[in-house]
Amino acid sequence: MKDEVTRDERVDNLKGMGCSRKRVEDARFTQGKGNYVDDIKLDGMLFGDFVRSPYAHARIKSIDTAAALEVPGVLAVLTAADLEPLGLHWMPTLAGDKQMVLADGKVLFQGQEVAYVVAEDRYAAADGIEAVEVDYEELPVLVDPFEALKSDVVLREDLVAEDGTLPDGAHGPRKHHNHIFTWEAGDKEPTEQVIANAEVVAEESMYYHRTHPCPLETCGCVASMDKVNGKLTLGGTFQAPHAIRTVVSLISGIEEHNIRVISPDIGGGFGNKVGAYSGYVCSVVASIVTGKPVKWIEDRMDNLMTTAFARDYWMKGKISATPEGKITGLHCHVTADHGGFDACADPTKFPAGFMNICTGSYDIPTAYLEVDGVYTNKAPGGVSYRCSFRVTEAVYFIERMIEVLAIKLDMDAAELRRINFIKKEQFPYTAALGWEYDSGDYHTAWDKALKAVDYDGLRAEQTQRVADFKAGKTRKLMGIGLSFFTEIVGAGPVKNCDILGLGMFDSCEIRIHPTGSAIARLGTISQGQGHATTFAQILASEIGLPADSITIEEGDTDTAPYGLGTYGSRSTPVAGAATAMAGRKIRAKAQMIAAYLLEVHDDDVEFDVDRFAVKGAPEKFKTMKEIAFAAYNQAIPGLEPGLEAVSYYDPPNMTYPFGAYVCVMDIDVDTGVPDIRRFYALDDCGTRINPMIIEGQVHGGLTEALAVALGQEIAYDKMGNCKTGTLMDFFLPTAWEVPNYETDYTVTPSPHHPIGAKGVGESPHVGGVPCFSNAVQDAFRPFGNTHTNMPHDHWRIWKTANDLGLHG
Amino acid sequence: MSKKQHYAITVNGKEEEFLAEPRELLIYTLRERLNITGPHIGCETSHCGACTVTIDGKSVKACTMFVAQANGKDITTIEGIGGPDNLHPLQNAFKEHHGLQCGYCTPGMIIRATKLLEEIPNPTEEEIRFGMSGNICRCTGYQNIVKSIQAAAAEMNAAKEAAE
Repeated sequence: MKDEVTRDERVDNLKGMGCSRKRVEDARFTQGKGNYVDDIKLDGMLFGDFVRSPYAHARIKSIDTAAALEVPGVLAVLTAADLEPLGLHWMPTLAGDKQMVLADGKVLFQGQEVAYVVAEDRYAAADGIEAVEVDYEELPVLVDPFEALKSDVVLREDLVAEDGTLPDGAHGPRKHHNHIFTWEAGDKEPTEQVIANAEVVAEESMYYHRTHPCPLETCGCVASMDKVNGKLTLGGTFQAPHAIRTVVSLISGIEEHNIRVISPDIGGGFGNKVGAYSGYVCSVVASIVTGKPVKWIEDRMDNLMTTAFARDYWMKGKISATPEGKITGLHCHVTADHGGFDACADPTKFPAGFMNICTGSYDIPTAYLEVDGVYTNKAPGGVSYRCSFRVTEAVYFIERMIEVLAIKLDMDAAELRRINFIKKEQFPYTAALGWEYDSGDYHTAWDKALKAVDYDGLRAEQTQRVADFKAGKTRKLMGIGLSFFTEIVGAGPVKNCDILGLGMFDSCEIRIHPTGSAIARLGTISQGQGHATTFAQILASEIGLPADSITIEEGDTDTAPYGLGTYGSRSTPVAGAATAMAGRKIRAKAQMIAAYLLEVHDDDVEFDVDRFAVKGAPEKFKTMKEIAFAAYNQAIPGLEPGLEAVSYYDPPNMTYPFGAYVCVMDIDVDTGVPDIRRFYALDDCGTRINPMIIEGQVHGGLTEALAVALGQEIAYDKMGNCKTGTLMDFFLPTAWEVPNYETDYTVTPSPHHPIGAKGVGESPHVGGVPCFSNAVQDAFRPFGNTHTNMPHDHWRIWKTANDLGLHG
Repeated sequence: MSKKQHYAITVNGKEEEFLAEPRELLIYTLRERLNITGPHIGCETSHCGACTVTIDGKSVKACTMFVAQANGKDITTIEGIGGPDNLHPLQNAFKEHHGLQCGYCTPGMIIRATKLLEEIPNPTEEEIRFGMSGNICRCTGYQNIVKSIQAAAAEMNAAKEAAE
């Protein structure tokens, strides 16, 4: 058989790893044919919606539903009293706490779910909500975690024993009735000693404000109980459909095989859609009660006020160094505001997530971290908004501390970073707070970034600008924001990482069809990342069939293998690895089939792009397409028919993507308006699967970082009223505010990942926030600024200028 | 006790007649009554633009318009500009230039862009960014949306020139 096609053409035909394959998802999305949860329409479907508390802290004296039940179209109103006999008035949170499904005697935050109205459509439900009468008795409100830790007001009476003592929480002893946990990492005394004896110590307190992931599609579900067959189908915006199935089974008592959870197309997640919410539980109950499908869809205000806030960390740091700038110790204390219930989405052993990655990219010999979780009258959540478990907070902390130390040392912050980077030859590197970084080459990335932006030239320009400003020639300052970040993603080794006892492995199952096409199913679920495109590319390279001939399917627990879902940049590191491993199992069997067909020993054939060829005789080969057909249709001694494989992958370690970002900003001191003149982002995510998609992820992550750094916040007044419940008040950048980004890369593969990939979706957010913030702070540094808190909206920037006396 | 009124609207060239309460928002009329689910709901306060449609030649956010206000009007949604056999240049350009990720904003984004390119057939980047600023995307950072619209504009202008 003559081979007419060149090897390069065969590689190109596969559209495998490394090419910018166009997305297979886009046809339906660009033609309005996506299938999101609110597009689901079932016969007789009802609509459920919540009566929500207007108060942040109140006792509920009574709930009168009689008038609501008279409203045309209203079928039922559920309260905690209705759920209690089922044991469903409270539910477990992902953090080991429990949370009211519907208010049980009191409310702890504004917007809390009080009653669930089930009606024929959403208008009737809204009318019903208006007619429910709730009699509240207001209680003192605690919105400040420091006050909460001193206050006599008890927020969670359910967590205080009758004799007034405090039983241990899920993460150990509690110091006060509003205290949740203390979590420590590192060595306390040695760190304190190093800092006490250091020649140079910089200290800073910073507040990483509360914000929200705010995907464009809110959360929602459709619960449909088929009483005839005893099957519950729950479709919804779930970033972890299998975990939701298990949780629903555990709390409802319905056997897991009778529950089918479906995540349809998801309109962005960013961490918002990891948790279990009251809407899911109430919809399931309502469907069981009414025997009809019940839909629940949040409106934007519900979304911003009740499901899944992020951040809200009060961080206090001390960093010590030699006069030459070598860092010797780092101390960090966090007061973490968790709201009314501890519903943080972190692996069980990590109540503060991976905050202990806060030594960052630096070789810091001694470090100590202590985090205190606190209850307040704010919404629960604490999710990882486009980051892996509190890594955004950790990286912001260290990248600010580096800047503050540079000021103290009167040293260039870029040089200070370079002096302290973990060196290439130190990997795998065990950090002072315990993590083992898999691989990195920070100096190369940093030098490339600084050269690309002409860093020295920028500093010279900035010096001139300061002189011009002082001379009255301009009213614009120039800030150069630097950030070098190391992410920790891909949770995780099951031995370290579980959520509610569910190990954080992931999975892929492949079926090759006889004519040489395939379907692969995964335990993850795309929310815009393009899994259907990229996972097919991984497989194409692994099994030698074109990506265009491989369907990727996720999100249906009846068909997909068990997995822990998509968040914390874990899809590529974990499910991507499972995909490669399952592909290799396919290839191993294909090798035996090829050897049989070519009448040689198994070891005498080798894989080459899309075929197995006889070693030393490449003209003798069988393509994977031919092998697939033979697998099903040729009786091969000693081999079962068929070509399928499944892999459950428990990663040996997490992956550590990193990157170097530089932002150049002009700031009008009289209006407080920042103008992002340039943003350069170098990302090292290990092996690159689809450069087009990587770039898209970087653009998007940076834009969410811009939002958080420059204006986006969930803010409360002293009464616990949420002041940012609509998109009028909650900043989402438009095309007008967002710059063009320059992207760049280095490639340092992960040594333990089968294809060397590390994950990229969250890096730009993690690295971007400190970069934007550092740019603002750097603009004011020549005038005495050390640190100001985010978000740097126009008012706060103006105020910084004013406080520094720049308004004359 | 029916508060329903009779309405007639034209959607994507098809006349639709139905009874509805005047308070019904147009987005629900489209999505739930007429099963046109391309336009999405992101905020219900006119901020995000996921529900954008064209009404009598203007870009309108269907989440803040009552069906009563839309009576007798001619409405175009994403479903009305092109399909599998006749993709609109914008639909193609968004795919070619990775102008979308989760896809939730995309129908509103593209339908708005069709109007923008009618208003300004050869827009500058600044005009695109300003003209699209009523539509929020949480995924892409807009850079590739701008690129997609520029590419579609070039293609449409070239086609127009060839036809003249």
